[in-house]
Formats: sequence, structure tokens, C-alpha cells
Amino acid sequence: MIEGNIVSLKRACAIAGVAESRLGVVPDSTVLTLQAEALVAALADAGLEKSDVDGLLVSGAWGRLPGLQIAEYLGIQPSYADSTMVGGASFEFHLGHAAAAIQAGLCRVAVILYGSTQRSRADKYIFQIRNDLGYQYEAPYGLPTPVGSYALAASRHFAQYGTTSEQLADLAVSTRNWAALNPKALRREPLTRDDVLNSGPIATPLNKLDCCLFTDGGGAVVVVSPDIAKTLKKPPVWLLGQGESVSHAQISEMPDLTVTPAAKSGARAFEMAGVTHRDLDVVEIYDSFTITVLLTLESLGFCAPGTGGEFIANGRTGPGGEFPLNTNGGGLSYCHPGQYGIFLIIEAVRQLRGECDERQVANAALALISGTGGVLSSNSTCILGVE
Amino acid sequence: MTDETLPDPDSEPYWQGAAAGELRYQRCGACKTAIFYPRALCTNCGAPDPDWSVSDGQGTVYAVSVVHRPPPSFSGQAPYAVVLVDLDEGFRMMSRIVDAAPDTVAVGDRVRVIFRDDPDGRPTPYFTPA
Repeated sequence: MIEGNIVSLKRACAIAGVAESRLGVVPDSTVLTLQAEALVAALADAGLEKSDVDGLLVSGAWGRLPGLQIAEYLGIQPSYADSTMVGGASFEFHLGHAAAAIQAGLCRVAVILYGSTQRSRADKYIFQIRNDLGYQYEAPYGLPTPVGSYALAASRHFAQYGTTSEQLADLAVSTRNWAALNPKALRREPLTRDDVLNSGPIATPLNKLDCCLFTDGGGAVVVVSPDIAKTLKKPPVWLLGQGESVSHAQISEMPDLTVTPAAKSGARAFEMAGVTHRDLDVVEIYDSFTITVLLTLESLGFCAPGTGGEFIANGRTGPGGEFPLNTNGGGLSYCHPGQYGIFLIIEAVRQLRGECDERQVANAALALISGTGGVLSSNSTCILGVE
Repeated sequence: MTDETLPDPDSEPYWQGAAAGELRYQRCGACKTAIFYPRALCTNCGAPDPDWSVSDGQGTVYAVSVVHRPPPSFSGQAPYAVVLVDLDEGFRMMSRIVDAAPDTVAVGDRVRVIFRDDPDGRPTPYFTPA
């Protein structure tokens, strides 16, 4: 291994604007209209114009050459373009890449974009069943993907550490309790542990309500250079640290089903930011499934290996709990249009700006977001702060 | 699940083995790492052209999920147990349990390979309690 110090991205860029498009079931839209909606709203939030945008970072499984199609549709000719596609975590990767590009002077106003109409228009879907290349060794066995892969990871954690379905259910309940405070969340009605346990097995040990929603939706994040950030109306949200890691594509190739690539990306993000777990005020972790959160918390070092079940149980991560987690209601109860990671950034920025009304975490100044893509395959972790 | 592109140049010896009742895998000639699925290089040291070997087909269940909501092409077969098996030679693969009730399979169980035709009639390795 070639060892060496990486260049820090601390304060290389700030997030100046965030927005969602319409979310949920949006039949009168396409992937392009939703991204245009989100872009317009995020630029307005930032106080910038479309003509200011010189960097474009996109990801998706729709259309042909989506990075070109969206730029064309929006009428943007970026001088810096990134179509990194590593599943739902792509946007946290994009944030690090935008920071590096801005630091290198390759662009000054970069937009991270996403949209999906998977619910209403049956878009080509990132988890389309495949039987080629490496997938030919899994395809004959009928594992539903992605849920079956996460179920295998859960089964391993249960067997190795004694984690229980009740503990996972408690996370779903806490997340729903946050959603109840978010007017944009799709599922806001009360939920109990028994509701989750009795929601019906999909792939054991995961039940239906251990799984994220299946929605339409889009989002946009405007990332700017430090000099521009200081000229804008809203307080900048600084990128303080970022790390990324890719482990595998299919679950049979994951080295240890209880340790995700967040272990590597998180360590780098914490080192870069120069902060510790206890300094954080709010945490947003990709919740494609309840088990995703448990494994990510352990891999990031919030709790020891095997103790994630206790960590998330009994409402600890819900409103009023000691560990505010997934404060928008998450992919489990707010929205999940295929690749959810962009919404982690949007919620963290709003929490740090104090824009979250009923669900606002008091005095939130430092946030961690951690995106997971594929089947626990990729992770990027970012630490954001207002100071 | 037949795909007219299969087998491909990497996988042909593997599927030929399955048709002959052999579970074939690769081992690196340089660092001796067991490699699965088949590749043109060692995933550990990068040496090209790993050697082919035949597994005894004995292993331990590393993870198991009983599928209740299968993909459309498997509808009607559920419930069934999909497993990750750690073979004694040091590689891991996905498979499915046959000839046993799906909910009786647990992490740590010993299993052995058994060849059956997959839904498209291709000989495929499955596992059954040892």
C-alpha cells in the first residue's frame, strides 16, 4: 500500500442552497421536470442564478447518458461534470467531488441533482434484475434485491450478536415519530413496534415496515466556493470533512456482512473535520432498511460492534431522544425515490440553518450525514457545520 | 434465468463443472488465495490467470434469509431459503437450500452441495443440510 496524506477538503466549499421537488406520487412529471423543479427552488434558496452554475453532478439509471440529457434539458453547459453512480450514496460522493473541484479552481458553483419517477412511470430502476457478469452467480437463487441482500446482513448480525427484530422495529417507530413532525413526509400516522413486527415478512428477518418507501421525487443541492458563500444571504453550511469507500457490488462479495464501507469513509471524514462523535448535534444516516442504519452506526463508531441493537432501541433516536437521527422521517417514512442520499444533505443543511420548525434540533451546529449505496456496497460520509 | 450471453469466457469452466457435477472455483497460483466468482486475476495480489480447482462442496452457512416475497420470475416458489455459504476451501458463494424446510436453516449449519437444474434447466449448485 502506498501511504500518504490526503489533501484536506475542510472548508473547501459550502452548501448555499437546497430543495426538494414534489415528492411522493407525482404522475404529472418526468425525471427531468422534477430535477428542474428542484434546481429552480435550490437556486432561489441560495440567491443564485442558473447562469452562475458551472459544475453539474448527477446520477441516475434513467434514460440514455443521463448526465448529458439533464444538462441539455436545463440549458446548462458545465465546465465541470461528474456522473459518479454508486447507488443511493452517489450524492455524498458528489459533495466530496464538488469540494475537490472547487478547491482546484475547476468550478465555483456546482449543483448536485437527482430525480426519479420510479413510482409513477416505471423508470428503469437501479435494481433491475440482471443475470450477467458477476450477477450470474446470484441470479439463479431468487434473492429479491436489494431487500434480500440487506436481509442476509441482518441475519448475520442477529446470529453473531443477538440483535432482534424488536430493536429494528424501534428504529422504524422513532423514524416515524420524526416524520409526524415533517409536513413533507409521506407516512405520518402513528406506528408501534407491533405494527412493524406484524407487517409481514419480505425476506427474513426483515418485515415490510423495515423497508423504505417506494416513491417519486427529486432534490438539488447548490455547492459554492468559499468566496461566493460569504456574499450570500443565508449562512453558509461548510463541508468540514468527507470520506468515501466502495466495497463490492453484490452481497456475496461483501467481506464481512456486519461492517460496511462506512468504517473507512467515516474515519477519513472525522479525521478531516477534526471532530469527534460527541461533538455532533444531529445525524442523518441512509435508511433504505432499518438494518442499514444499525450497521452504519456501528461502522462509523457511534457504538461498539454488536451493540447497534441496544443503541437504536426504545426511542433513543426519536424526537426528544438523546440521539436525534433521521430527523426528516428518513427513507422509511418521508420519501425514497430510488436513490435517497441527496435528501440526507438537504435535511442536514436545514437543521444547521434552524429551518426545521417542529422537528428542529435545538442549537444544531454540527451534523454528520452518511450515504449507503447498492447493497451495503458504497458509502460516503460528510461532516457539515455552520462555523 | 437463461441469458444467451452465458456462459461467458470467465464463467464457462464453472458452468461446465456444474454440468459435470463439480463445484469449481479458482486459486491464485502466486498467493494461494481462493477466488470466487471466477475472474481473470487474483482479487488479493493481482496475479493473472488463477488456477481452477474442484471444491469438496462442504461448507457452513454464513447468512440465511427465507424469501417470502420473491422476484416475479420466482413467484410461486416461496418460501425458500437463500444462503451465503462459506466453503471449506476458503471462498463464499450464494445458493439456495433444497430438500429441507426453509425455516429450519440457521447460520452456522453445515451444508453440502447438490446439483439440480435451475428453473431454466441449467445444472446449478444448490445446498442441502450435511
